Order: sequence, then structure tokens, then C-alpha cells
Amino acid sequence: MVEVVIWGSLRRYTDDQSSVSVTGNTTKAVLDSLAKTYPGLAPIIEQGVSVAIDGEVFKDAWFTPISDNSEVVLMPLMVGG
Amino acid sequence: MNVKRKFKVLGTRPVRPDGVEKVTGKALFGADTYATGMLHARILRSPHAHARIVSIDTSAAEALAGVKAVITSADFGEVDSEMTRDTMHNCMANGVALYDGHAVAAVAAISKSVAAAALKLIKVEYETLPHVTDVDAAMQPDAPVLHANRQHRSVVAGTPGNVVYYCDFGHGDVDAGFAAADKVIERTFKTAATHQGYIEPHACLANVGSDGKADLWCSTQGHYNVRLICAEIMGMDESQLRVTASEIGGGFGGKTTVFIEPVALALSRKAGKPVKLVMSRDEVFRASGPTMSASMDIKIGMNADGKITAGHAKLRYQGGAFPYQMVMMGAMSAFATYDLEHVRAEGWDVMTNRPKMISYRAPGAPMAVYAVESVIGELAAEFDLDPIDVRILNASREGTKSSYGPTFKAIGLVESLEAAKAHPHYSAPLGANQGRGVSCGFWFNFGGQVSVSMAINADGTVNLIEGNPDIGGSRASISMMAAEELGIPYEKIKTIIGDTASVGFSDVTDGSRVTFAVGIATINAAKAAKAEMCKRAAKTWGIDVDAVEWIDGAVHPTGHNAGEFPPLSLAEIAANSGRTGGPIAGHHEGAPDKAGVSFGVHLVDTEVDPETGFTTVKRYTVFQDVGKAIHPSYVEGQMQGGAVQGIGWALNEEYIYGEDGRLQNAGFLDYRIPVASDLPMIDTVIIEVPNPGHPFGVRGCGETAIVPPLAAVGAAVCAAAGVRLFELPMSPPKIMAAIDAKK
Repeated sequence: MVEVVIWGSLRRYTDDQSSVSVTGNTTKAVLDSLAKTYPGLAPIIEQGVSVAIDGEVFKDAWFTPISDNSEVVLMPLMVGG
Repeated sequence: MNVKRKFKVLGTRPVRPDGVEKVTGKALFGADTYATGMLHARILRSPHAHARIVSIDTSAAEALAGVKAVITSADFGEVDSEMTRDTMHNCMANGVALYDGHAVAAVAAISKSVAAAALKLIKVEYETLPHVTDVDAAMQPDAPVLHANRQHRSVVAGTPGNVVYYCDFGHGDVDAGFAAADKVIERTFKTAATHQGYIEPHACLANVGSDGKADLWCSTQGHYNVRLICAEIMGMDESQLRVTASEIGGGFGGKTTVFIEPVALALSRKAGKPVKLVMSRDEVFRASGPTMSASMDIKIGMNADGKITAGHAKLRYQGGAFPYQMVMMGAMSAFATYDLEHVRAEGWDVMTNRPKMISYRAPGAPMAVYAVESVIGELAAEFDLDPIDVRILNASREGTKSSYGPTFKAIGLVESLEAAKAHPHYSAPLGANQGRGVSCGFWFNFGGQVSVSMAINADGTVNLIEGNPDIGGSRASISMMAAEELGIPYEKIKTIIGDTASVGFSDVTDGSRVTFAVGIATINAAKAAKAEMCKRAAKTWGIDVDAVEWIDGAVHPTGHNAGEFPPLSLAEIAANSGRTGGPIAGHHEGAPDKAGVSFGVHLVDTEVDPETGFTTVKRYTVFQDVGKAIHPSYVEGQMQGGAVQGIGWALNEEYIYGEDGRLQNAGFLDYRIPVASDLPMIDTVIIEVPNPGHPFGVRGCGETAIVPPLAAVGAAVCAAAGVRLFELPMSPPKIMAAIDAKK
């Protein structure tokens, strides 16, 4: 299981939990698992998100490997100027 | 990555490849493209802040001699994507004019003067509607709502309709943190909307053929994104729309979308001729995208030793006439410079009757960091602590759990702060009416999609095509990285920006991503070319490819069984490429991540005239961790440019709206950006803490530099004037009002 940190305004979709455990060994698998377990997150994930894995941010990437002891943080899709 | 690696090309300062063309006027910017039979276009814009368009009568304009096409929203079709639909309706109002300057019709004619005359013949009947341009007013329950039912699902039910997005980041228990503090300060700040101030207005030339295929030349930060949006709006296949990015006279985020390109394409399609459309400066201010204005509440607790116990930010951003999501970047940035046990940042994005905001260099971060850093400075002064010592004590460092979630890897904030404290500027004496300010800043940086194609020419030179417009020196930095990887001189490489039909997709030039992402693609393309050259050399020598290696621009035999052969240089292999298998090339397509965040520290001295409130910036030094400076002159330019734009934001720049909701200062005479004569030399100190996510250690450096100056300048002004201000810009009338109030 992978522990995923959820940003505050999304916690209403995770029963107010700041982090949740889901299955998956890639970003896509973890995001799919999140969307399935917490359907309220599905539209957010569908719109596009970033995932930080062990401190490195991956922008809307599917196949980044994730291990069970990785630090995984869900983040909005990054925007720049 | 070998952090002790010695580079031969990186870190040097070769002549910029676009220099001669730009200083001799040969460079072709957006308005410099012409076509046979070209028409000139003008756009009619709403004089009202908010008005229903009852009717538009274009018959008289169409009847004017020389007019070839007139369009309104009726000439655009439907699009599926909500985001693209908003963009289309921002380019041409659909039933309702949502801000002063919103396009309502457009004309293409044989000359600019005929087009201008035709605009006057278009009769638009408006029914004016209530308007709102202030963020706090727009959040009131009785405020006029710009679009019904457009709130993002993040917005709590019952929130007034102009609030379109809500976010909340942080960890810990801020109430417990405040309870543990020796002192808690809570302040409310306001910052004005500012414009990127790029010198080159938006400009394009569109040519839609009778077969439906089209070419578009434009000034943009991302021509693939232009193609994506315009193809959808025009109902075209992307492959049939070829977009070429011109040289660009500044963008800073403001050219990451489209404002006029779909209009020019629609006019060209209707007229059957090429159409050129160039915004005036007035139009740039009224109808392109400035950044957000903000209203912010900041609460921070600190102990007497300077340790921050908790921080809470509430950010309300005004972003104009369509839904958007940008406050999240401010909320994530607000406290990113600090290692905090208890932290929370909330944000609300709000619609108003102003032009739709677009990115501006580290979008969303400067205003949030201004507010937080101002309170940090006030608390440090409250306890009579050195402001840099307080920041070092609380600074984020490797292993810090950031305020927005992830744990930082190697970062250079402490190094930047220590460099600032040790710099002679920090201990230099101040004169009368002078004050000194300091601030930290942060930006994320990111990677994204990229394509690079590299051809090894028979004479040993290299042509490289990338898909990102060069807005900050990427042709130089990409050539340098290619030279470093290939082991050949920089002068042997020419990098160009390909059009959308010439090289694969590349994301927009934004997010401080190009040197990082295109750099990685370039290195990988070079590796591919080197691998092919190793094969050719091995075949030439009749040995196995495993028995050769690439060293300093040449293939060498390696190992005991390889045999004795003189090295074959890139030029020698290239010269025989026709005989050994044909042209040699390398390419790479990817979406690199691990961009590495960036931190900076700004130090500024100002002098305030107590009789007029006029501020003079006396001395300014920027310290920034850039990972590895590929071409230090460009890096320094980014640091200086960010500082100057921040100085303008802090002291003078603001969109000023009247009671009628109309913009009152749509020009550089009344919207005052700093010019060279206003400024001292901006000194720079490059800090290099390599990014472990890049082969050469590169971090993005373009955006971080605009984050700290607002608070640094603000603190310096307050210290110089002996007052405390909570609103930007700190223009002379506001400073004088504060000085007078203190008397």
C-alpha cells in the first residue's frame, strides 16, 4: 500500500483524512486507485494533477514508479509564467 | 550526477546567437511578417465594464470600400472544451461584454486606416449591467455574478458565485502554534494587478487557404499551444495549421495563451486573404492578460528567539472575467521558504469585470510571499532580531517537509541567506531617509513535454531544432549543453526554433522549464548521435562497438583487444557519413521531471523623499540558487529582470479602474514601469547548489527572481519613511498619506 498525502481542500472527498492508503506501483495505478476508492477525487485527477514522489514533482505523468515506502504527495497541476 | 565535474563549455559566456540580428534590426518579431495581398485587421472593443450586447449591425462597415471581412462571435462555432470556449469568448465576446476592452467585432481591410474607419461604422447596442472590479467586493453575496454555475467543485456550497476556486494547503495545528507563540501578528495586505510589460505587443499574421489549410505567424511563448487552441476554435485538424513563432519581445507569462490569433484566422478565412493583426499598447493593457490583484490576511506567530511557531495565510485573488485556477500557486508558495511545524494557506480565485488574467512570472507567488515576508520582517523587528538571522533560523533546507507537502531535496536557501549576510551590501551604512529591506522567495520550476532534433553535418557542425520559443537565451544555453555533451566548440552548433510542422510537440516556454527540459532532451539527442558515431567508427575499424568509447568529441578504441587506432573525431566521422550509412542524427522526445525548486534572497536600499513620498532605489543585490548557471550572463539577466519587474510592482505599477469600471491608465505614460534611468545597477550573486534531477545540475532560474522584491522593497520603503504600509504599489501618494498620518 502507498500512503498518499492529500491537500487540504480535497480532504472532504477522503473522509477528512489528510493521507490515505491505496494500491499501485506507478503514478497511474495510484491515481486510478485513488479515483476508485474516493470517487470525489476522480474529476480532480481527470483534470490533471502533479504527484510528488520522494520530494520530486512529476507533472501529469503516468508511469513513474512508486514504492510502498515512497513519500507521495498529490499536488495541483503546476502552472508557470 | 558528478557535482565536481569540470565543464569546458558550461559556465562560460559566449556571444549570444541572436545578438547581431537584434541589435541591427534584422530579427523578425510578430509584426514583421508580411504576405502578398495582406489585409490589416482592427478590433472593436467594449467601452463598458459589463454589458449585454443587444445587437451588432455591421452592414455599414461591410459596405465601406476596401473592407474585406467583418466578424463577430457569430463567425465562431462551438467548441467542446470549456477552457477553450472561455479562451474563444475572451477573444470575442459572446452576447455579453465582460470588461472594458472586451472584443465585440473585428474588421479586415486593405489598409489600417480603412479598417479603423470601418470600426466606427459598426453599430453595437448595449444594455449596461452592474459591474464589479474589486476582489473583496466581488466576493460579497450581492455582487453581480459574471458567469452562473461556473464554480469549481472545490468551492464550498453557498459561496458567492464569483468565487470559482478554493484551495487549502498545510500541515499541523496552526491554532496550537499560535497559542505557543510569544507574539502573534495578523495583517491584511492588498496588491494591485500588474502587467507583464513586454515591449512587443501581441501580433500575428494568419493565412487560411481555400483548401482550409492555414499558416499562422505570431509572437508567442508556445506555438504548439497556439496551434492546439486555434485548431479547436477553427474546427481544424492540428496537422493543417502550421504555426511559426516569431522572435519575441518579452512574454513573462503573458504570451502563454491567445488573444488575437483566432480573430485573425477567422478574418482570413472569411476574406480569403492573409490578415495581419497587431495590438496597440492600449489594447495590450485593456484586453490581454495582466496578473491578479490580491487581498490577503496573514497571521504568523513567533517566539522571542525568532522561531516561527505557526503561519496562516488567506489569499483572495482577483483574476478577471472568466474562471481560472491560479491562487493555488500562491498558497503553495506563501510559506515554502520556511520549515514550519504548523502552517496553513488557503486561497480563493475570484472573477471580476476585468480582463482575464494570465500568468506573470511565478504566477501567484510574488503577492503571497510579499505578505508573508512583510510580517516575518515585522516580527523580527518586534524582537530586535536580525532579519536574515531569523530567516536562516527558520529556513527550509534539505529534508524539510515543505508547506505544500513534499520533502525538499538539496536546495540552496540557507546558502543564499548566508551569502546575503556576508555580502558588503548588508553591512554598508545607510544615509538619511534611507532604509534596507530583505526578503526570501521561492518558485517550483517544472519540466514538461519537449522534442529536440539534432543533425550532424558532413563538415562537423551541428544543427539543432527545438520547439520552444527563445525568451531567455535558450538558443545559447541549448547550444552550450549540446557542445558540452558532444565535446565540440559552441560555435560549431546552431540551434533554431522549429515551427509546429518541423519538430515534435513541445510545451509552452513557461515554468522556468526550458533550460532544464530542453537541456535534458538535447543531452539525450546528443547521446543518441554519439552512439551512432561510435557504431560508424567501430565499423570503420572493423571492431565491436563495445570496444569503442566517446571521449572529448572523438571515438577512441578501448580495452586490450580493441586494437591500435587513432581516434576519430566527430568531424572525421561526419565527413564519411555518406559512405558509412548516411546522415547522422539524434533526437529525443520526452517529458522530463525532477526540475528542482529554486530559492532567492533580495537585498535592497531605498531612499524616500519625505516631502514628496518619491522612492529612489539606491542599491540592489540578488542572491539566487540556480543549480548550475549554463550561461551566467543570461542567468544574471534573469535575476536582474525579475528584480526590476518586482520593483515596479512594489513602487508604481497598478491597473487603476474608475467607478465606471473602465481602465484609466492603459498606456506606459500612466502605467509606470521602471526604466534604466530609474534604477541602480542590479548586482547579482549566483549560488550553485546542483539539482540532482538534471545531468548538469540545472534548476530553472527565470521566475524565482520576481518573488522576493515586493517584500524587500516594501520593507526598505517602510524603514526609510518610518511608516508601515500594507498595500502595493507603495506609490508617492500612499507614502505621503502614511507620513502625514504619523505626524
